[in-house]
Amino acid sequence: MHLVIIGNGITGVTAALTVRRRQPGARITLVSDESAHHYSRTALMYVYMGHMRAQDIKPYEDWFWSENRLELIQATATGLDTGRQQVHLSTGVTLAYDKLLLATGSVTKRYGWPGQNLRGVQGLYGLPDLARMEQDTRGITQAVVVGGGLIGVELAEMLHTRGIHVTMLVREARYWGSVLPPEEARLVDQQLTANGITVRYQTELAEVLADADGRVRAVRTTADEELPAQWLGIATGVAPNLSLVQHTAVETDRGILVNEQLETSVPGVYAAGDCAQHRQAGAGEVPIEQLWYTGRMQGETVGHTLAGQPTPYRRGIWFNSAKFFNLEYQTYGQVPARPAAGSESFYWEPANGQRALRINFDPARSFAVTGFNALGLRLRHDVCEAWLREQAPVQTVVAHLGAANFDPEFYRQHEPEIVAHFNRAFPQQAVQLRQGKCLISKILNL
Amino acid sequence: MSSADSSLALGHSPLPATNGTERTLLTAVGLGLLALLVAAFTADVEQARLSFYAGLALVCGGTLGWSWYKFGRGEEGVQQNNLWLRSSTSRGAVAWVVGIVLTGFYVVLYWYPHYLENLVRTLDPFSLALRARPADQWFLYGTFYTLAVLVMGGRALWKYRNSRYQLVRTGSVMFFQLGFAFILPGILLFFQKPEFYFTYFWPLKYDYLFPGTVDYLIKDGQALGVFMVFWGALMAFLATPVLTYFYGKRWYCSWVCGCGGLAETAGDAYRQLSDKSRRAWRLEVALIYPILGFIILVTLLMWADRLLQNALLGSVAGGLYKTYGFLIGAVFSGVVGVGFYPILGNRVWCRFGCPMAAYLGLLQKHFSRFRITTNGGQCISCGNCSNVCEMGIDVKQYAQRGEPIIRASCVGCGMCSNACPRGVLNLENGPREGRYQASPLIHADSLRILS
Repeated sequence: MHLVIIGNGITGVTAALTVRRRQPGARITLVSDESAHHYSRTALMYVYMGHMRAQDIKPYEDWFWSENRLELIQATATGLDTGRQQVHLSTGVTLAYDKLLLATGSVTKRYGWPGQNLRGVQGLYGLPDLARMEQDTRGITQAVVVGGGLIGVELAEMLHTRGIHVTMLVREARYWGSVLPPEEARLVDQQLTANGITVRYQTELAEVLADADGRVRAVRTTADEELPAQWLGIATGVAPNLSLVQHTAVETDRGILVNEQLETSVPGVYAAGDCAQHRQAGAGEVPIEQLWYTGRMQGETVGHTLAGQPTPYRRGIWFNSAKFFNLEYQTYGQVPARPAAGSESFYWEPANGQRALRINFDPARSFAVTGFNALGLRLRHDVCEAWLREQAPVQTVVAHLGAANFDPEFYRQHEPEIVAHFNRAFPQQAVQLRQGKCLISKILNL
Repeated sequence: MSSADSSLALGHSPLPATNGTERTLLTAVGLGLLALLVAAFTADVEQARLSFYAGLALVCGGTLGWSWYKFGRGEEGVQQNNLWLRSSTSRGAVAWVVGIVLTGFYVVLYWYPHYLENLVRTLDPFSLALRARPADQWFLYGTFYTLAVLVMGGRALWKYRNSRYQLVRTGSVMFFQLGFAFILPGILLFFQKPEFYFTYFWPLKYDYLFPGTVDYLIKDGQALGVFMVFWGALMAFLATPVLTYFYGKRWYCSWVCGCGGLAETAGDAYRQLSDKSRRAWRLEVALIYPILGFIILVTLLMWADRLLQNALLGSVAGGLYKTYGFLIGAVFSGVVGVGFYPILGNRVWCRFGCPMAAYLGLLQKHFSRFRITTNGGQCISCGNCSNVCEMGIDVKQYAQRGEPIIRASCVGCGMCSNACPRGVLNLENGPREGRYQASPLIHADSLRILS
């Protein structure tokens, strides 16, 4: 079997490794126009900030690919002929495949703003973007970032390390308003303030203004404010990269449409990761998932199917993480920005406002926990996942909170304070702390 | 700006200009070094002493001031900006100059100590007060070494003040260097007792269990000497396995050891330079275990030699001992180990050469409760953990598979856990059952995904 994978991001690579493990004899070719070797997209910011070099963000050493007989081609896939089962490459080569995986990722979404294609206006998705940003932000003093999400705050942090003043334009009334409840968003806002980032909430981009050389000089906001900026970061989301499949038999909507097994409308052609759109997303799940973790999981799942073991994609219990300047964020289960009907929410934040913990639960279902948000605290993934899966009552969770504590040794343990706070907030459900951090091994062995 | 700049050669990136305060503080350090150099070439002991202490004050004060200015203000957190963009910390010209100066100092110290005579003499009053004897080149070296650990320890305390683990650990290495590797041996000498380092054990301090040393300690130190021999054997053969069982190798390498102490403080800015490749790992294994085997062999030969009353092996064992002392004790641990900090990283000796590390590593790998836990499926393969690993462990290889990190070489410095932006890594001591177990939340064959 010859498997051709378009894209060497986390999805394509995870699929290739899964197939290699399950089918040692398969021929596997990965095509990418972006880089010779797989690299970690999530680490681009650290290269700009000088924490690492470009070669340090490759998850595998270069020998890894040939030793595992994974053929790498650096070229653009320019054409797809599903009838003949061929992919045409920019190098003039034609690749014949038995099975094809489209893991083409995303492109930066732009909303048709006047001047959006000026020099110095860009998103941050891949290595070419990083190179352009490196070049276009040299020696500048002011930048604007549009978008109040994860990439927006990353861009702000990156620019901040170069001493560039950043103004963020955020459409909602608070940071990441579609995802974070107000309390959490306020903690992120404190980070932005502490690092000298100016934020304009409920403000969008109206127009990009050019200088004489066709470069961004300033932006005009929907509040009709003109902000001087020599660089503009677009962080208003990404859209599936459909350039290869347009005008082919492969059905698309916003993304490449796939069924539960991540197969497209054309038999033998699969799509996974950012570029895929699920025809029937699971309850409470979105049809297009654009995260590192979902990319990896979709890659694993489709790898099984490609290796002859048809496997439906199951997102499982949601988890995600991020870091906002110095504030770490982890989430498990469902913590919507606005509380779901009937659900209760317990929120704790110490007086100094450096961290927070939120636990959502459902009084109608024996107080089963439904989600966790942790800021400035590290929670143990497997413990939280088990509580959510087993629908553990919030009383049990709070009483055994130490079992989920993943903070390093000697860190202050907040459990007693959290339990006291919980008992004040929910006196009917009051509990006693039964498990501190040091007893962690006990619960894991149960 | 030319179009060639569009490459990913980020090393050419312009850094924010060093501001006036920073320049002033660094100038103080530079002037201090100059004063030390002047002292080294001043024959008049009073003048040399003035220059020497003025130099030390400028170097220490300037470094502390700069460290506070750079790391002690502002927000707590990971402070790694521009690490690979600065010449001094990315094997640039500054790093080479520092490396050559450091290496040169070790060459002079070991083989041309008479050039240090003027500096040594400036320390006589201090040495007489502490040790009741005049200074020598090793006292000068010990003074520099301890100051480096203390001053750069101050830098580490500011830089890593976001982490209590780092604060406690840094405090520990500063305490053991000052108390047990500098003051206590001096006091022993003051009271006419054998100079003894209670924090160094066989096989790192290999001669502590050689018959000659044992005889000397017992004869010269009497009851205290017997205790020293007992202490050395107890620490090497009982305390080391027991402590490593409970806490891993870190209890020694990154909490107590002087070599580790210098690496963690003065060498902190160079930790990212360690080679993470598989090739380097192979070299590590090929060097460190034979060195341990060699020192065990020499020790056994020494004792066999003594039992046979110098009949067979006398010259062989003595020759081996001298060879080891030159190659490993001087060249490897000193010249390469510290002199090459700015080029090869701060743990070259600990990783490739130290027999104690090899011994502790075997215990850690096979008889310990220590591991670095990976938090489920949260790894994003960013590589920050591998980058800061001074022992050259490619930490992310384990983290991205959801596996715990159990490597003989890991000294438990905790920097991977600190640098991880997603809270994925944690140093833990736990039951040995299932210690190598990977997280079921990440592997392709996991039940969750296939259920």
